[in-house]
Amino acid sequence: MLSFDSVSVHYGVIPALTGVCLQVKPGEVVALIGANGAGKTTTLKTISGLLRPSHGSIMFDSQDITKLSADKIVKLGIIHVPEGRGVFPNLTVKENLMLGAYVRKDKAIIARDLENVFTKFPRLHERKEQYGGTLSGGEQQMLAIGRSIMAAPKLLLLDEPSMGLAPLVVKEIFRTIREIKKSGTTILLVEQNANMALANADRAYVIETGKIVIEGTASDLRANPEVQQAYLGSHKKEGIAL
Amino acid sequence: MFSQQLVNGITAGGMYALIALGYTMVYGILKIINFAHGDIFMIGSFIGLFLVKQIHLGLIPAMLISMAIVAFLGIVVERVAYRPLRNSAKIAPLLSALGVSIFLTNFAQLVWGTQTRAFPSSFQIKTFQVGNVALSSMQIYTLLVCILLMVGLYLFVQKSKLGVAMRATSHSVENARLMGINVDTIISLTFGIGSALAAASGILVGLYYDAVYPVMGYTAGLKAFTAAVLGGIGSIPGAMLGGLLLGVFENLGAAYISMGYRDAIAFGLLIIILLIKPTGLLGKNIQQKV
Repeated sequence: MLSFDSVSVHYGVIPALTGVCLQVKPGEVVALIGANGAGKTTTLKTISGLLRPSHGSIMFDSQDITKLSADKIVKLGIIHVPEGRGVFPNLTVKENLMLGAYVRKDKAIIARDLENVFTKFPRLHERKEQYGGTLSGGEQQMLAIGRSIMAAPKLLLLDEPSMGLAPLVVKEIFRTIREIKKSGTTILLVEQNANMALANADRAYVIETGKIVIEGTASDLRANPEVQQAYLGSHKKEGIAL
Repeated sequence: MFSQQLVNGITAGGMYALIALGYTMVYGILKIINFAHGDIFMIGSFIGLFLVKQIHLGLIPAMLISMAIVAFLGIVVERVAYRPLRNSAKIAPLLSALGVSIFLTNFAQLVWGTQTRAFPSSFQIKTFQVGNVALSSMQIYTLLVCILLMVGLYLFVQKSKLGVAMRATSHSVENARLMGINVDTIISLTFGIGSALAAASGILVGLYYDAVYPVMGYTAGLKAFTAAVLGGIGSIPGAMLGGLLLGVFENLGAAYISMGYRDAIAFGLLIIILLIKPTGLLGKNIQQKV
């Protein structure tokens, strides 16, 4: 469905990704894990057209999207929920949700999807006239995910959905992500919380300083001693250090 | 005398507000000051004058056509002078704006000459006495046009799909692009609407003060910019409020202190507001990320 063919990205002269190859097949949840600054967010931004690769190509549904602008990529059904949620604080909850359906035309289906999102997230329905900026972090993440559902995504790119949220809220977010997967949407998930990511993914890639270093099924990676030491075991220590 | 000056001030303020909206909308999205905006206002006035005098159109059609032409002009200015500089340092579009400003002033001088012109006086001006306030039909029309355009803009920005997209883009260009919003279209639309409002104001000012001349955009532009900063640059209600306040203060100051201090009062007010509330009256506290 999505394939990255030796993609390199530079910020000025500094390389952020070097020859990254990556595949996502229809219906899969693929996790991309790695430390801060490894290139996870850069990878997602490159897929959604916010960044241009200096080398390599990106194919989506056998179409070359390497040079497409971000708004055209959204029209193809690739929806990116950015790091920090990307909620518009100056728009109401309902306006935020409707922006998710900005490129869709059929008003009746959009209205039905809005009802579905409100059923899924009753909190958003209660607060639909409130400004996005007044929501709590967890509610904002739900708004961001609800908004991506409004876009009827084929491929959903999630950047750190668990960041800065309480454990209970993280559980709820991942329950929603599983539901989205069940409805047939393909997901590429970027996470620092490798435990959560691998527990919910079919396959995973580990990225280090702009290069893919390990790839495999989620269960293989969980059994891999290198991954255990660097990303699973150390996770708790990292938490204490913070 | 107070209520009379208040009415005069509100009329002048409405015209400032229409220009100020263009500054604030462009700043809201691109974070640049379009210093050619005052000259766009002037071109709108001249085109209106031309349509009324040479083509013998009525005022309303002349205003609508002038707004359409000037909207197009604003879009072209953005394409030619700002878009190629979008990723360069902020000083570059600023200088480019000054260049466009000088170009438009000289263009008007070349085409229409440097002398002051006036709209034909065939429009009957009636004066109504309301209590001790003399209200001219000109003032009533001016206020009506200002109110109509501002309510229209408000409804567009608050209710329409493009208006929501515009507000989203003004908060974050990157996140707006992730919604599938074509940011270039929104920027063109912003310049178009801002320029059209300035053109309407240009015609109203030309009629009200009976003077249309190539450098009329300089002072009017500077005052409207002041109004936008006063109200909180980037805020649409702020520009409306800032324009009205500036008009009222200027007129009251001119009446009670001295006519000669008119501009000093306007800019003095700006300095005071900025000292007390640097983001302007309705401006948000913007945290600059370093």
